[in-house]
Amino acid sequence: MALANVGTPARAGWWKKNQRKLAPWLFLAPGMLMFLVYVIIPIFQSLWLSFFDWDGLGAKTWLGLANYTELFADEAFYTSLKNNVIWLVLYMLAVPAGLFIAIFLNQTVRGIRVYKSLFFFPFVISSVVVGLMFSWFYAPGFGLFFKLTEWINGTGYAILADDRYVTYGIVAAGLWPQIAYCMILYLTGLNNVSPDQVEAARLDGAKGWSMLWNIILPQLRPATFIAVVVTVIGALRSFDLVSIMTDGGPYGSSRVLSFYMYEQALSEYGYRMGYGAAIAVVLFAIMVVPITGFIWKMVRDERSGG
Amino acid sequence: MKTTLKTLLLGTAAAVALASSAFAEQRELVINTDTSDPAPKAAFEALIKDFEAANPDVKVKWNLFDHEGYKTAIRNFLTADAPDLANWYAGNRMAPFVKAGQFEDVTDVWTANGLDDQLKSAAASMTIDGKKWGVPYTYYQWGIYYNKDAYKKAGVTEPKNWAEFVANCEKFKTAGIDCVTTGSKALWPTAGIFDYINMRTNGYEFHMDLTAGKVAWTDAKVRAAFAEWAKIVPYTSANHAAIDWQDAAANLVQGKAANYVMGNFAVDTFKKGGMTNDNLGFLIFPEITPGIPRAEEAPTDTMHIPSGAKNKDDAKKFLAFLASAEQQTKINATLGQLPVNNKSTVSDDPFIKAGFEELSSAYALAQFFDRDAPAEMAKAGMEGFQEFMVKPENLDKILERLEGVRAKAYK
Repeated sequence: MALANVGTPARAGWWKKNQRKLAPWLFLAPGMLMFLVYVIIPIFQSLWLSFFDWDGLGAKTWLGLANYTELFADEAFYTSLKNNVIWLVLYMLAVPAGLFIAIFLNQTVRGIRVYKSLFFFPFVISSVVVGLMFSWFYAPGFGLFFKLTEWINGTGYAILADDRYVTYGIVAAGLWPQIAYCMILYLTGLNNVSPDQVEAARLDGAKGWSMLWNIILPQLRPATFIAVVVTVIGALRSFDLVSIMTDGGPYGSSRVLSFYMYEQALSEYGYRMGYGAAIAVVLFAIMVVPITGFIWKMVRDERSGG
Repeated sequence: MKTTLKTLLLGTAAAVALASSAFAEQRELVINTDTSDPAPKAAFEALIKDFEAANPDVKVKWNLFDHEGYKTAIRNFLTADAPDLANWYAGNRMAPFVKAGQFEDVTDVWTANGLDDQLKSAAASMTIDGKKWGVPYTYYQWGIYYNKDAYKKAGVTEPKNWAEFVANCEKFKTAGIDCVTTGSKALWPTAGIFDYINMRTNGYEFHMDLTAGKVAWTDAKVRAAFAEWAKIVPYTSANHAAIDWQDAAANLVQGKAANYVMGNFAVDTFKKGGMTNDNLGFLIFPEITPGIPRAEEAPTDTMHIPSGAKNKDDAKKFLAFLASAEQQTKINATLGQLPVNNKSTVSDDPFIKAGFEELSSAYALAQFFDRDAPAEMAKAGMEGFQEFMVKPENLDKILERLEGVRAKAYK
């Protein structure tokens, strides 16, 4: 009893003294714990797993760097890497395309909200649905695209059956929702463009391209930055469309790294956990570059802003 | 029939009489299956009902999985929370589980119930290291399904051998019909064609050696098989790489294609598309090298006891029940497939009958490429087959790649 009486004021005092310092950490704790358990620890587990040969059931065998040496001699890995580069480059088209649609829609006409939501629609529907729609669009025999090429050419063209064009066909499907995403980013950005500056520029005789390039775009820099980053990340994790539209085929020519990782580690014929983990590590290394850039810029902006 | 009714009545009576006190003494038997399609589901429902009637002291708890999800789920539940029984596939497909010690040795069920004789045709594919690891309950045949109207239109007759089959292809072409159709988006249909051409060109033993990794993919005999295949590649439906097997089935139904190398499960799809027993035909894959004993594809579905099972005694009872001629007749009548037990009777369906004759007179049975070869080899192989069907000129590159996979896959 006496002890408690002595102890309580002391403890309360310590809490009072450090409350301000502790509160943010306490509020952060649940999120940080989740992040640690579901993001940080699995990253190291993947790295660790990539040094083993493991089928998910039996015992793990230590391989050292053998998974990586195999990976760097693996033809399929380079096909996937090449396709990732194609994705990355072509996916960037979503940024200017989104910008132009946003500028086009940034006007006050009757019912503009309806048009805006129609343009935003592809981003709202599931990418599985987008993939299905596009695979019907390309489908040999009855697809709209197939019929169109048949009408122009005499023979229809099945884009998803051709190893040369299949990736472009899938990227086109991926661009559709991604353009909508960039558009919405730019539409919000355009709301914040200062009308005074536009007015001043107009008085100085700026219009058309020079107005866009010198006045509007600099003010849209934050939107552009986010649009580029989400597009890069979107391109690198382009898994769903590949899985829905081609399953990596024909003969593996439309694989991307994320899909190859899934195939090796988790698909019906896979269960090479170590090899899949090695692909994951390489993909992570590639992704870390834009993500670090993104975080670094955010921190810098906040420092200079505050 | 009489006995079943009697046991059923007895079972019900016993259950009613013992009422509440009996429930505590009922033993639970947990069964996991992926038989979620309508026909397999109905077959298992009936099977479990019959088993419960015959063993009133056992209460079956049946967990139904969807087909695709099951392939992943089984790996988890075998280690984490093993049921007393689970269905899977024969041949190399069960090898990883057997080797990892996940399946229970059930050789005693085979010897105690005379299954070595009754399930003889599938005994080899259930054996690893001289022991039996499960009980097969159904299989189905593969072969060539053809459109009789397309044959009439092109003015050709059923081929007697491979040379005639290839010669027919030319006539189909002039009639504007694809000689062979397939949908290779999911890869596995290509393996059916390869298995047959290889077994007909080089024989069963060679095919088994190849899928077991004992022969090089660059072997002259493998090349010979691909050379035979190359003869029909130009007459195969274009764009097969972008379509599923069901889409290719539409080609056959609409008469755009004449032949389809497929499993018997496709008959249902053909008939739903409007074909009947009058215009849908079935051919045993024609002979290529004369005199080679005829082997067939017959993928077998099986039931296993996980080593982590809690109620192994009743699980073994269930396996014996499942293996019985009577139950296999019943299950397969519902499934529209063939019973493995040679004392069972088959239904009147012409395709089932044809399959029964085909398989019972066969020299040997293969499971299918992706069940005979280990997963890694199967995947690479089927991708190679698909590439070959699109670009036959890449054959050398493909075979070298497959040889590279062989070096890794059979450690």
